[in-house]
Amino acid sequence: MRPSIRIAAAVLFISCRTAFAADPLFTDLGGEPGIKRISSNALDLYFSDPRLAKDFDNINRRFLEPRFAAYLCHIAGGPCVYKGHTMKQSHQELAITETRFNFVVEDLERAMDRAGVPYHVQTRLLARLAPLERDIVTR
Amino acid sequence: MRQQRSHVYCAAILVLGLAAVSHGAFAQDSGRLLATAGVNQVEGAGGGGLTPWALITGYGSRDAVGGNVHGTYVGLNDFGLGSLGAAAGFYDRFELSYAHEWFDTGSAGGRLGLGDGYQFHLDVAGAKLRLFGNAVYDQDSWLPQIAVGVQAKAADRHAVLKAVGAASPDGLDFYIAATKLLLAESLLLNATVRATKANQFGLLGFGGDRHNVYSAQFEGSAAYLLSRRFALGAEVRTKPDNLGFAREGTAYDAFAAYFLSKNVSATLAFVSLGPIARQGIQTGPYFSLQVGF
Repeated sequence: MRPSIRIAAAVLFISCRTAFAADPLFTDLGGEPGIKRISSNALDLYFSDPRLAKDFDNINRRFLEPRFAAYLCHIAGGPCVYKGHTMKQSHQELAITETRFNFVVEDLERAMDRAGVPYHVQTRLLARLAPLERDIVTR
Repeated sequence: MRQQRSHVYCAAILVLGLAAVSHGAFAQDSGRLLATAGVNQVEGAGGGGLTPWALITGYGSRDAVGGNVHGTYVGLNDFGLGSLGAAAGFYDRFELSYAHEWFDTGSAGGRLGLGDGYQFHLDVAGAKLRLFGNAVYDQDSWLPQIAVGVQAKAADRHAVLKAVGAASPDGLDFYIAATKLLLAESLLLNATVRATKANQFGLLGFGGDRHNVYSAQFEGSAAYLLSRRFALGAEVRTKPDNLGFAREGTAYDAFAAYFLSKNVSATLAFVSLGPIARQGIQTGPYFSLQVGF
């Protein structure tokens, strides 16, 4: 009995670990350091893009950056826990238009370019983020 | 003459419309993502080179309008086919387009007894309505973007069209298009079904001595995105075969489209339009330039 439980536990442990490591998108984005670089590049662009001045003027970057990175890591299938609000909750009062949503996407693409993420890895991340348009664009 | 005047009017209205748009009568924002406007197909609608897509032309978001003009030339073995047109998209919902096509018979015109360099012309006014779905954002579902459209076409050279057996010099095409971007795979797929009586897109009139009823024709496009700016793809478009005097067949192309910016794109393709006017299968290079916002 006991060895078989031990084997079952070991199998469970290994399969959980591989389930975590299994998402190739997280790896292809460069793991946590890669995602941190992408987040930092993206926020550099968001906070300096005149097209988005209205959206980021009153936001504390030091508050946003770790949450932004954790969310990307979580979406990419990485071993991060995102504990913030849902995207719907955090954007519902902001009257965000489709155009501003797309400007954020364009800056994220540029941020990934600067982090050296290949285009066909970028599109895999963008494919997971695209349905957020329904939650974020409220105007 | 009547024909000439009507296409001048049509072009003038669209140019005035685009001018009104660019002077702020409507909001313009170029708010959609690069390449998601597609290009302009030969009849003027937003789409690939041969087929209309469910995407609304221009880069206007759902809160704005977009528009463009295009020029296209196809150098076939025995003929030349040109298209000039303008298109406008309204609120990512509705599209209006106009194209003037000319078909130069070159020396084949002489062989056909029409005279060297004899030209046929076609005016196409189009409208398209997006019904539902979003090809770009709905990445968590298989549902494509669906649109319906109509193209009103008028050909000139009525006496020649009658002589080759065409039943009418004008006609209406109706289509339904489904477009899906598979972003994670960098693939764009489109399928369009068109109800039409057109002979050679309408350049040789509508209906004929062999068939004079609407038939459903299939049009498909597939494009692979090599980068945000550069797409490679292929298209197919079946056509009716209504005229007894010359067989008509399926058109194909393989294309490369480059999106320099939201304002300028260029498409280079190799096209086969199938057999035309007993001169054999017509193939050749296709060039198209699109300028807009």
